[in-house]
Amino acid sequence: MAPRKTASVSSRKTAAKPVKKDFNGGTFADFSKDEDLNAYREMLLIRRFEEKAGQLYGMGFIGGFCHLYIGQEAVVVGMQMALKEGDQVITGYRDHGHMLACGMSARGVMAELTGRRGGLSKGKGGSMHMFSKEKHFYGGHGIVGAQVSLGTGLAFANRYRGNDNVSLTYFGDGAANQGQVYESFNMAALWKLPVIYIIENNRYAMGTSVSRASAQTDFSQRGASFNIPGYQVDGMDVRAVKAAADEAVEHCRTGKGPIILEMLTYRYRGHSMSDPAKYRSKDEVQKMRSEHDPIEQVRARLLERKWASEDELKQIDKDVRDVVADSADFAQSDPEPDASELYTDILI
Amino acid sequence: MARMTMIEAVRSAMDVSMGRDDHVVVFGEDVGYFGGVFRCTQGLQAKYGKTRCFDTPINESGILGTAIGMAAYGLKPCIEIQFADYMYPAYDQITQEAARIRYRSNGDFTCPIVVRMPTGGGIFGGQTHSQSPEALFTHVCGLKVIVPSNPYDAKGLLIAAIEDPDPVMFLEPKRLYNGPFDGHHEKPVTPWSKHDLGEVPDGHYTIPIGKAEVRRQGEAVTVVAYGTMVHVALAAAEETGIDAEVIDLRSLLPLDLDTIVQSVKKTGRCVVVHEATLTSGFGGEVVSLVQEHCFYNLEAPIVRVTGWDTPYPHAQEWDYFPGPARVGRALKEVMEG
Repeated sequence: MAPRKTASVSSRKTAAKPVKKDFNGGTFADFSKDEDLNAYREMLLIRRFEEKAGQLYGMGFIGGFCHLYIGQEAVVVGMQMALKEGDQVITGYRDHGHMLACGMSARGVMAELTGRRGGLSKGKGGSMHMFSKEKHFYGGHGIVGAQVSLGTGLAFANRYRGNDNVSLTYFGDGAANQGQVYESFNMAALWKLPVIYIIENNRYAMGTSVSRASAQTDFSQRGASFNIPGYQVDGMDVRAVKAAADEAVEHCRTGKGPIILEMLTYRYRGHSMSDPAKYRSKDEVQKMRSEHDPIEQVRARLLERKWASEDELKQIDKDVRDVVADSADFAQSDPEPDASELYTDILI
Repeated sequence: MARMTMIEAVRSAMDVSMGRDDHVVVFGEDVGYFGGVFRCTQGLQAKYGKTRCFDTPINESGILGTAIGMAAYGLKPCIEIQFADYMYPAYDQITQEAARIRYRSNGDFTCPIVVRMPTGGGIFGGQTHSQSPEALFTHVCGLKVIVPSNPYDAKGLLIAAIEDPDPVMFLEPKRLYNGPFDGHHEKPVTPWSKHDLGEVPDGHYTIPIGKAEVRRQGEAVTVVAYGTMVHVALAAAEETGIDAEVIDLRSLLPLDLDTIVQSVKKTGRCVVVHEATLTSGFGGEVVSLVQEHCFYNLEAPIVRVTGWDTPYPHAQEWDYFPGPARVGRALKEVMEG
């Protein structure tokens, strides 16, 4: 297949001029059959997991905060496909998808949501606060934008250790307005740190749309004054994400310093479970779902190219549902942490 | 008069203040169009327009700094930090600028800002949506710190805070927004509509900043509390049958020391309760003052009941939250001491 130009998500301006012209993030190749099948399964796992989390929340098994990633699956799955062992991932509070993409267990994530001892943070962290040293996942952070500086530090550590690992530092369009983001950009550019700043622009910072909170709504340009190259990517198309990720990873591994990828994406659900999302129309959501759904795009491709039959896709869905159902059963039956856990992992 | 929740009371205070003084402006994250995550500012943008009630980007330091500049030139910003836990990026502006501008400018400038922030736990918010940072403000000279415990006080104190010439940190216990939560999480909360202090005048009134209120008269022991813990302490007094005098501080700074001292001199015993962590918490200050002023009246060591010195856990919310059982045990302890 010939490379195709990145399709910008509808009703948005096409990608602005990149700071540097030598980056080829605007074109991408088609996936192989294996890549498409892999992406399909990974994205479906996140979708089904989040749907189940939403159900458990409604049933009262999950309390407090729960931010679902539904609609944005292509971003983490595409990025993850470009990584190698040892690359780090750090993100904000909408983190379930990132953890699943990193290979963290569905049981561990779901049990954390329900506050059980088998959760990745023994139930004490909750939806926004989970980690995995084994999978190089540095959290889940509940404070908007706080992880951006930490991700910069991870990149510094890579440089210091002389490895060629890359820090994937995710944050949203809302977090992009925090001051510490720009402190981080400056240091990352100054010291040529191997960090990819992935701005997941899902158009709404809670209930505030990008245009009501940002003077520069092209987030790929947010690093311009630090000479950090930045590109807009169709974050609903996993192939575009993977292609941009490949080039960004290469940029970082070869010592060229930080890079920004703005993912044009969309969350279908409210900001959190208590958000009725009245700040946007149902038509807007429906249009994204019907025309740009990241999973449907892959599904259609798999069928069209006869890379998978309806039955085979159903089987994948069943396998994924089994994993999710198992995680939900575990998250409901696993006991709550013992009272003695109140004072573990504490400095006194 | 109307029956109001604490959300409606806070909203009414801003509404009344904006109606009386066009220097009052209200802003913060999701405050304008969305009406605030807890809906405290709902309808204000529609009523007063986008120049007086508006959304900001997510940048707390910028929000605070801008408010201080606006205040120095005569406006009266009443800003919302979405959760008290989000205050930290703005802490530099609060402590180094807002709290000091009067002193630093030899009184040329004051800083009439109000920083509203939902505080405390009880909603499964985990470690980044449950904190009670009031002691971080009381430790900074130059700030006034208010924690209301009911709709009537919330409105009167918020109007007083907006009219105050100096910076006021206004911490709203989010677990009290809809009713007087007493720590019995297993039971439904009585709505404010069925509570006397849910009766709130529609118009303008103020409650003086720095005056505590005795919520329950008693002879046996003085309980000093504020915010959610007022209702927990009242429940503990009823459940233990110990005749506690429960003082609702309402304002931590300035502190109504007279009311505390008068009560402890009468009862000879004292329990201090707050949801924030123990070490260097505001309770330590209260204990110290009681000791200085009431030493010869004390019949037993003063006891503190607080959150544990850990982050707020997600799973163990009710082990962490100082509920009526723990307060009750403390009451018994000081009675036996």
